[in-house]
Amino acid sequence: MPLYERSLLTSTSSYFQAIHSTDAPATYYYSGLCCVGRGEHGTMTETFCDWLSRTPFSMTIQTVLWIIPAVQTVHILSVAVVMSSMAMLDLRLIGLVGRRRAISEMVGRFVPWVWRTLVVLATSGAILIIGEPSRELLNPYFRAKMVMLAVVILITLVVQLQNKRNATYWETRRAAARVTGLASLLLWVGIVTAGRWIAYF
Amino acid sequence: MAIPEFCAWLENTAVASNIRQSTWLFPTIETIHVLFTVLVVGSITMLDLRLLNIANRDRSVSELHDEVLPWTWTSFVCAAIAGSLLFSSNATKYYHNLTFRMKMLSLLLVGINAAFFELRTYRGVTKWDQGSRIPLAAKLAGGLGLVLWIAVVAFGRWTGFTK
Repeated sequence: MPLYERSLLTSTSSYFQAIHSTDAPATYYYSGLCCVGRGEHGTMTETFCDWLSRTPFSMTIQTVLWIIPAVQTVHILSVAVVMSSMAMLDLRLIGLVGRRRAISEMVGRFVPWVWRTLVVLATSGAILIIGEPSRELLNPYFRAKMVMLAVVILITLVVQLQNKRNATYWETRRAAARVTGLASLLLWVGIVTAGRWIAYF
Repeated sequence: MAIPEFCAWLENTAVASNIRQSTWLFPTIETIHVLFTVLVVGSITMLDLRLLNIANRDRSVSELHDEVLPWTWTSFVCAAIAGSLLFSSNATKYYHNLTFRMKMLSLLLVGINAAFFELRTYRGVTKWDQGSRIPLAAKLAGGLGLVLWIAVVAFGRWTGFTK
């Protein structure tokens, strides 16, 4: 059993929870065992997970053991790009750092990188979901992560669009900039946190 | 005290035992470790890409260097503290873990690369501060830094999958 999840494994007695709390690729239990402990008639999502886990693409990810850690590495490296860009922009919006630099310059510099990298994140994330559907789709941390992601994308779009319309928009609306930056930063921290906790459900 | 004895002592400290036995401490500290690690990697990548002439070409190297490095160093200290706590919880196992050792080796090489760049290459930055005429030594430092940080993250993630 993987070292990282050791303490959690010893605290759970249920086999279902135990297999879902590990980081290890799901070779043995996803083919057909998706709904263990949840009765014969699962929800639509469970049925979908079960179907997805039997597709050839999913089976490949399950059996080739290096795929999941490799894709997770790409995912984390992409998170590094987005998180650093957004942290710098958000702290600037809040007014904590980099006040020598114009907000509009920082929006122009960082936000395009965020959109490009989000494509990589969505792709690598999709591969992880296909490889271990029930680990993600039935997981409350995953669902929370997706909700926070949707909200933060909307916020970032608003920041970018208002900045496009009026380059001094955020400079002249200090209170709005502060609230927006703080909300965005907290959401990104929440997204990373929920992302890591998926492994512990 | 040799390293194995130190590991045995470390994991028997109250702090390490608490992290090991708690259901939420390890994931929480791990989350903090990941949060600061992504800030380290993301910020230093901005400088590495400038040295490689891939991004931020409109900005001077020294300006970017001075803006980015406080982020990198602050985040690194936080990531290292969180990482040490994670290590302490199972010190002996990590010490004998090949993937973890590879991560530490990559980190050491990151340090050597950065030190060489700061103490030698960067000293002459005024000659190539603007524009895209970056000397080979600086390009090499940027490329190596990029590759080595990717290795650190990859070995780190892999450690979670090994015994």
